[in-house]
Amino acid sequence: MTAEQIIFIVVAAVTLGAGISVVTSRNLIHSALWLILTLFGVAIFYVLLDAGFFAVIQVIIYIGAIAILFIFAAMLTRRVMQDTGPQSNSNWWLGALIAVLLFAGIALIFVNWQGFTTTPSDLANPGGRIVQLGLALVSPDQYLLPFELASILLVAAMIGAIFVAGEKKQ
Amino acid sequence: MIPLSWYLIFAAILFCVGLYGVLVRKNAIAILMGIELMLNSININLIAFWRYRSPDGIAGQAFAIIVFAVAAAEVAVGLALIISIYRRRSSVVAEDMNMLKW
Repeated sequence: MTAEQIIFIVVAAVTLGAGISVVTSRNLIHSALWLILTLFGVAIFYVLLDAGFFAVIQVIIYIGAIAILFIFAAMLTRRVMQDTGPQSNSNWWLGALIAVLLFAGIALIFVNWQGFTTTPSDLANPGGRIVQLGLALVSPDQYLLPFELASILLVAAMIGAIFVAGEKKQ
Repeated sequence: MIPLSWYLIFAAILFCVGLYGVLVRKNAIAILMGIELMLNSININLIAFWRYRSPDGIAGQAFAIIVFAVAAAEVAVGLALIISIYRRRSSVVAEDMNMLKW
């Protein structure tokens, strides 16, 4: 076992434990804090996959923006959802069954696929990847259109969120 | 080196955990958290396939960037809707949000 594999196993165990705590924790604030730990674990996976840029934007966007937004929303709606009473539906076993069946189906597809145990080739010039990605996002014959659509989507989401959540003056 | 299968199995488990949260939790904010877990596992898959299958291309990374943007937009609008509903009905339980049902 190499050091990389040991790091992977430790991070995977912590991340999955935190992920399970996110969906089972009774207190919503605790769920949000476990979510932050899960997102950190995913950022470490990006580093292991030679995609350091994605680890950085994972920390900035997901932890810095989305998780904080979750904590704000949990605090704003705290009074009605106290920690008493059931936090799950009465037929939670059905949801668990569907999740397990989905995992079984995915695993079945994986074991029949011959590319499943590929090991990576060495990545040439890892630092130049960010330049390549940045140029690809703004060159018209590559990903300019999806990039601009994402910008429009973000503006629309911002305007929509302000309009929906804003205080209406009667 | 880590084989591709480890990443795929991990992402599949994380996706199923997120799906369980979406299906089972009562609180609408917790349902959105489950969706975030699912989007994260998808992103791990995209980056892992880029790294192992076509490290010379850029498509996987570009796709992951778009997923990031969509996730940010989705959670902003979703939480705004939940807060708006909370103002009108004083509830964040997904079962109570049945104004469009008749």
